Amino acid sequence: MPEITDKTVEKIARLANLQLAPDESGRFSEQLEKILGYMHKLNQLDTTNVPQTAQARQGRNIWRADVVVPGLEREAVLAEAPDVQDYGFRVPRIIE
Amino acid sequence: MRELSAKQIHEKIIAKEITATAVCEAALQRIHSTDSQVKAFLAVDEQGALAAAKAVDRKLAKNEPVGPLAGVPIALKDNLCTKGFPTTCASKILAGWKPPYQATVVERVRAADAVPVGKVNMDEFAMGSSCENSAFFPSNNPWNQECVSGGSSGGSAVAVASGMVPLALGSDTGGSIRQPASLCGIVGIKPTYGRVSRYGLIAYASSLDQIGPLAQSVEDAAMLLQVIAGCDQKDSTCTDMAVPNYTEQMQSGIKGLTIGLPQEYFSEGLDPEVKAAVEQAKQVLQDAGARLVEVTLPHTEYSLATYYLIATAEASSNLARYDGVQYGLRAEADNLIAMYKATRAQGFGAEVKRRIMLGTYALSAGYYDAYYKKALQVRTLIQRDFTEAFNKCDIILTPTSPTVAFRRGEKTEDPLAMYLSDIYTISANLTGLPGISIPCGFNSEGLPIGLQLIGKVFDEQMLLRTAQTYQSHTDWHTKRPILA
Amino acid sequence: MSQDYEIVIGLEVHVELSTASKIFCGCPTTFGAEPNTQVCPVCLGLPGTLPVLNQQVLTFAIRAALACNCQIAQHTKFDRKNYFYPDLPKAYQISQYDMPLAEHGSISIDTTQGEKSIGITRVHLEEDAGKLVHQSQGGQIGTAASSLADYNRTGVPLIEIVSEPDLRSADEAYAYLTALKEILLYTKVSDCNMEEGSLRCDANISVRPRGQEALGTKAELKNMNSFKNIRDAIEYEAKRQIRVLEEGGKVEQETRLWDADKGTSHSMRSKEEAHDYRYFPEPDLPVVYLSEKMIADQQQQLPEMPQARRHRFQKEYGLSEYDAGVCTMSPAMAEYFEDAAKKAVSAKVSAKTVCNWITVELQGKLKADGKEISNSPIASGQMAELTRLIERGKISGKMGKDVFADMYVTGKDPEVIVQEKGLSQISNSDEILKMVAAIIAANPNPVAEYKSGKTQTIGFLVGQVMKASQGQANPKLVNQILRDCLDKNI
Repeated sequence: MPEITDKTVEKIARLANLQLAPDESGRFSEQLEKILGYMHKLNQLDTTNVPQTAQARQGRNIWRADVVVPGLEREAVLAEAPDVQDYGFRVPRIIE
Repeated sequence: MRELSAKQIHEKIIAKEITATAVCEAALQRIHSTDSQVKAFLAVDEQGALAAAKAVDRKLAKNEPVGPLAGVPIALKDNLCTKGFPTTCASKILAGWKPPYQATVVERVRAADAVPVGKVNMDEFAMGSSCENSAFFPSNNPWNQECVSGGSSGGSAVAVASGMVPLALGSDTGGSIRQPASLCGIVGIKPTYGRVSRYGLIAYASSLDQIGPLAQSVEDAAMLLQVIAGCDQKDSTCTDMAVPNYTEQMQSGIKGLTIGLPQEYFSEGLDPEVKAAVEQAKQVLQDAGARLVEVTLPHTEYSLATYYLIATAEASSNLARYDGVQYGLRAEADNLIAMYKATRAQGFGAEVKRRIMLGTYALSAGYYDAYYKKALQVRTLIQRDFTEAFNKCDIILTPTSPTVAFRRGEKTEDPLAMYLSDIYTISANLTGLPGISIPCGFNSEGLPIGLQLIGKVFDEQMLLRTAQTYQSHTDWHTKRPILA
Repeated sequence: MSQDYEIVIGLEVHVELSTASKIFCGCPTTFGAEPNTQVCPVCLGLPGTLPVLNQQVLTFAIRAALACNCQIAQHTKFDRKNYFYPDLPKAYQISQYDMPLAEHGSISIDTTQGEKSIGITRVHLEEDAGKLVHQSQGGQIGTAASSLADYNRTGVPLIEIVSEPDLRSADEAYAYLTALKEILLYTKVSDCNMEEGSLRCDANISVRPRGQEALGTKAELKNMNSFKNIRDAIEYEAKRQIRVLEEGGKVEQETRLWDADKGTSHSMRSKEEAHDYRYFPEPDLPVVYLSEKMIADQQQQLPEMPQARRHRFQKEYGLSEYDAGVCTMSPAMAEYFEDAAKKAVSAKVSAKTVCNWITVELQGKLKADGKEISNSPIASGQMAELTRLIERGKISGKMGKDVFADMYVTGKDPEVIVQEKGLSQISNSDEILKMVAAIIAANPNPVAEYKSGKTQTIGFLVGQVMKASQGQANPKLVNQILRDCLDKNI
């Protein structure tokens, strides 16, 4: 059975950029442990040499021709933006 | 108006017995009087609907040709992008967002001259089986307003079941059309993966999502499927196979058809009343000329785990774009990472966060092989099960949901129990096969029970034929809930 | 001591393909447009949108991979690389992880020790990210209070070409990049313009004591925007690592940013643990099946590669290694030269002479004007014709330069210019004999000096004849006839 520690939850939350409230963090580790425990039943199956299915069906190649198609007017592009400056989407300072 | 099917409305409009505008006004009126009890709609587009209806009437007045759904009111699940009209996925993170483009299915129903009347409720980002995960409010089951509508296309099912609209579009990732259809006593179809374009459907799990119709009858559902199905240059997972005429052979019966009964779907966890209703339905179909055979789908018990690993992994990636940069909610913060974290913390509900966490975990270094990769392999085994089973039968019959509609709040504290309500529907998503849910009875409390049929790949015709045959021998689909 | 260490370098080169539209949508790829004017719902990654692969991207990538002698996969798939950054609107990049388009290639480079083969690990497809402008003095991210995202570049098609760690010096890395760029230009899949970011390079560098088999810990170097930068950065990094080892330290596995102004690099310290990109198969794009025909078609379209062409030019046209190098600098140059050379050879004029005129006169002039050979005002056939006129003695070499200058300005044929200006050289012996006789008669003293043994006086006399002919006499003929006359009279 997998053990989901608060530390694991913290790491996953960081990867997913989710800020968890203290009570959320505890609840999630409990719930995730239970859910993943259930998922663990897959390990009863021997899947050696079983190919993976990532897509429901495999069809023909569907491609587009290299043709320029008009996109959006800039006004529409920026219409929903929370913060715009000089026609760019502004984001707060980036700490590397 | 409420007693009329989509087909009848359309025919009356074409015959100029009623105007599209009158139909539209009646639908809007019904929404005003009824929706406060069932809460199906997130936003009603009164102006847009009337404009569309008037356009139909104008065409008819000028004797111009009209589309196959001319004048029929339709509700759209709020994860289908509507150009210039709010599309929220029932999430705070997208509240008020107006897409600058139209989903392909919305374009198609508009081109067919249907009249979209508004956007309907759902579990946030289609994650849920009860509509209780909507960030705004849950939708209520019209048969018992203390019970859930089912989900995630709860609003779509409720809008149709309570007679506000004859048609609705929903999306189905693990049963999200079929399960609410079953719980609300209507018809819902999840087409074969690739039959309907997903362009403009806000993704939950891209390899499982499929858009489909909800309606009072099989015939109405088929009419809507006919309009939305078919190749789209904007979705490369959508097939370029020709779309057959779905209504053509619907009446030709099922003599000689072999129906497979997977034993795994009739075992523990199945509500006895649901089981009894489905057993009865089997009998009806046998009497109509079908042959019943036992089939086995041995990996059924692994499908739920497989589904939740794949769906959440894809979701964790699909929902990463809600970061407060381009659109939707932004929480102000001093630096970028803090902004990301606060925006997503405030914008997403608990179930969405839980699934993002689960999916992120399943894909992360060190766990990928044990969880995500393993799930993709078991998905192959599940597909093989169905291929085997379809060597012995033409169609598979199961209950749609193990239970009838449950009470609101009953399962919200136990995610796993909630997940189990998808147990019979998810395999069709994992395999991409088409599935339909049709009403097949009521339990002792008067709550509807649904019957599921699963067909071979791209064989929606056989599903429709079988379902239509069943409906021609029963009247469950004609029952309506009583609403003030 | 540095000579005890071996430097091991592998390069990751990102190349923008020269398609008209983006990899997954129809937006244009042109450089330098106003911010956020070349975008659509798809490349903005708006909710509900889906990618559809541009077929030309596949075609170009296959051609480039074949030119790098790679094996093309029969089927290949896309994967999502997940990370948050404001230049990445979907918060994942569509790339290729475990089933790249092509693998197991190699390209040959010329080093001081001769030819060397450098392995190509893989060539894969991906989409480019957008551009961030940092709001601070000098555009530095560290001090910026905010940044502005422009998504015009988002979704421009890229191929990433990953080399094996086969390079052993900064010079070899430079030679590899030069060779790779030539190949990409030759196959016409990219303009390889580094200033516009069409070609970008990251370097993985490690050092190990010579003779040791195991690789040392590598550092990844980024932010180098010219081949010279790359060479400098590698040299700096190798020295830095050797110094760390010699001081008894350990090389850290890290990403370092090159600062071209300071000529140093610094570590990109990330507070968080190493990136976990959570690659998984892109569900929105079906697996791509590449038919044998599609690959064969591109194989056929493949032009002769620069190195092969260089060797052929040396053999076929008798060019020196240096001249062959200049003549194959770009596909346009090679085509220009070969066209001129063929015409010259068929007129029995030496290709070598044509080469000289092209590489010295024409190249010199084009360079001074900042022009490319493809925009040369003189056609290749005209260059061949000019060379023919000179070799046949119709005009002198000196006249040739004047004619060339005129051709460059007017674009006229050399013969037309020669006629218009009455430049044709006097090669008629009788006419020259008359002039020579007159000069001998008019210059008794120099003639006497010549006859007394001061043979260098002939130069003066030739000059007098040339002057009298207004420069039009064939100097070779003048010299010969003058000598004959003077010697005969002894």
